[in-house]
Amino acid sequence: MKSFTYERVHTPAEAAAAAARMPGSKFLAGGTNLLDLMKLQIETPVHLIDIGKLELNKIEHTLTGGLRIGALLSNTDLAADLSVRRDYQILARALLAGASGQLRNKATTAGNLLQRTRCPYFYDTNQPCNKRVPGSGCAAITGFSRQLAVIGSSNACIATHPSDMAVAMMALDAVIETINPKGKVRLIPIADFYRLPGKTPHIETVLEKNELITSVVLPPPSGGMHFYHKVRDRSSYAFALVSVGAILHKDGSGQIAVGGVAAKPWRNKSIEKVVPLGAKAFTEKLFAKARPTQENAFKIQLVERALEGILKEGRS
Amino acid sequence: MKDSKKLILTRREMIVGTATAVTVSLGAGTIEKVESLTINSADIVPSATINFNVNGKAQQLNLDTRTTLLDSLREHLQLTGTKKGCDHGQCGACTVLVNGRRINSCLSLALQHEGDNIVTIEGLGTPDKLHPMQAAFVKHDGYQCGYCTPGQICSAVAVLQEIKAGIPSHVSEDLTLQPEFSNMEVRERMSGNICRCGAYSNIAEAMAEVNSHLS
Repeated sequence: MKSFTYERVHTPAEAAAAAARMPGSKFLAGGTNLLDLMKLQIETPVHLIDIGKLELNKIEHTLTGGLRIGALLSNTDLAADLSVRRDYQILARALLAGASGQLRNKATTAGNLLQRTRCPYFYDTNQPCNKRVPGSGCAAITGFSRQLAVIGSSNACIATHPSDMAVAMMALDAVIETINPKGKVRLIPIADFYRLPGKTPHIETVLEKNELITSVVLPPPSGGMHFYHKVRDRSSYAFALVSVGAILHKDGSGQIAVGGVAAKPWRNKSIEKVVPLGAKAFTEKLFAKARPTQENAFKIQLVERALEGILKEGRS
Repeated sequence: MKDSKKLILTRREMIVGTATAVTVSLGAGTIEKVESLTINSADIVPSATINFNVNGKAQQLNLDTRTTLLDSLREHLQLTGTKKGCDHGQCGACTVLVNGRRINSCLSLALQHEGDNIVTIEGLGTPDKLHPMQAAFVKHDGYQCGYCTPGQICSAVAVLQEIKAGIPSHVSEDLTLQPEFSNMEVRERMSGNICRCGAYSNIAEAMAEVNSHLS
């Protein structure tokens, strides 16, 4: 690990201001992803701003009947919250399908959204990777791509976003609340939060420099039946090959987001009207512009089958 | 800054001097750009002081900022019961309890734990007075080589508490109900602790026995 200086801050505004003051700094929350990457020198911040003890670890009901989730609430506490378990089961299910008990105790809501890809070429510092070293090339496109993206990818990057939680947040239309070094608050719908790789895969979100996530806001409960179906190589403590988060309503409509297929949780609201036509019709439309590799083309069929299972369960 | 001295610095390995907040760097190798800066030589490796409580005892340590909680326990407090397996949060050998919650101590900086209460395997029990989970692991042969065992035991103790506290898991059928102890729950909840000897079934039996005494 490269040397770094360290400071603790006491308010979100102080955190953002500290980051603006110290070029090359990073916020440290749970650290379960950042420290791992620092050990491998994939991340090399010169200064860490520890936000871990800020008062951003609460869940509050909003005036409109939704939930405001503090950026630093642990994944365990979010999944165990009674409102989440009752009204946002897709979120609890997604969280519990991710990582291990130890990691969920430490990992935070905002950190989960911002976790980096698990593409093996991003982790292997001997390989070119446009996300790790912009302009160095992509070893994954011609390499082992079984785990990697089938849609939204570019000639520069085919990495996937590894989060389960973010898939549920996408299906729920969550809104991300931030503060910048000038104290300005911004609301970003999650549909606009992640960027596709294009020519700049190292820029993963629309967050500006030194902007800090303070909370994630969920709209009022939408009702319906909630599902999160994760398909992986072992049944626990593994990243998804694909995952399908779905909220199915009585009128046959649905809110459906898919994980493990792109650089962001994949959702297309405009085709959700075809959900009643079945998994095949929906999946064909969702992946109309897919460009899978030979090794990962199976993911599209896997999504269809996972969704088919969900729709069956929803009908029964 | 009486002890300050002039250093020739490259941009290669950048660190930031805490007192002066100037950007400096160290090391030999190809010099891309040379900057002459003033820095207190004591700041070359940034360090900081941490106060926490380990196994009921208050501790104060001055550490390189990079020191993980795991290394602070093993290398600075000589509590070598906690093991370093993968050092990347993949194996669970480093599991300790922080404020009653199990975490991977390898993926946490010691500095993140100001004021925290940390319990390691040494704090759960002693050879003369084993924790019930330690005794059950011995009775049920919940290990072979023993390397993952301290992490397994810390995790197992926490799992029983998590079920009791009503924290659901991936295999809990109805999320709105209080979860109940079962072999499936144990297998899911213990998945963050890898045992290459494959003592899993015996670990599950040890946990079942401790759980039966709790209820």
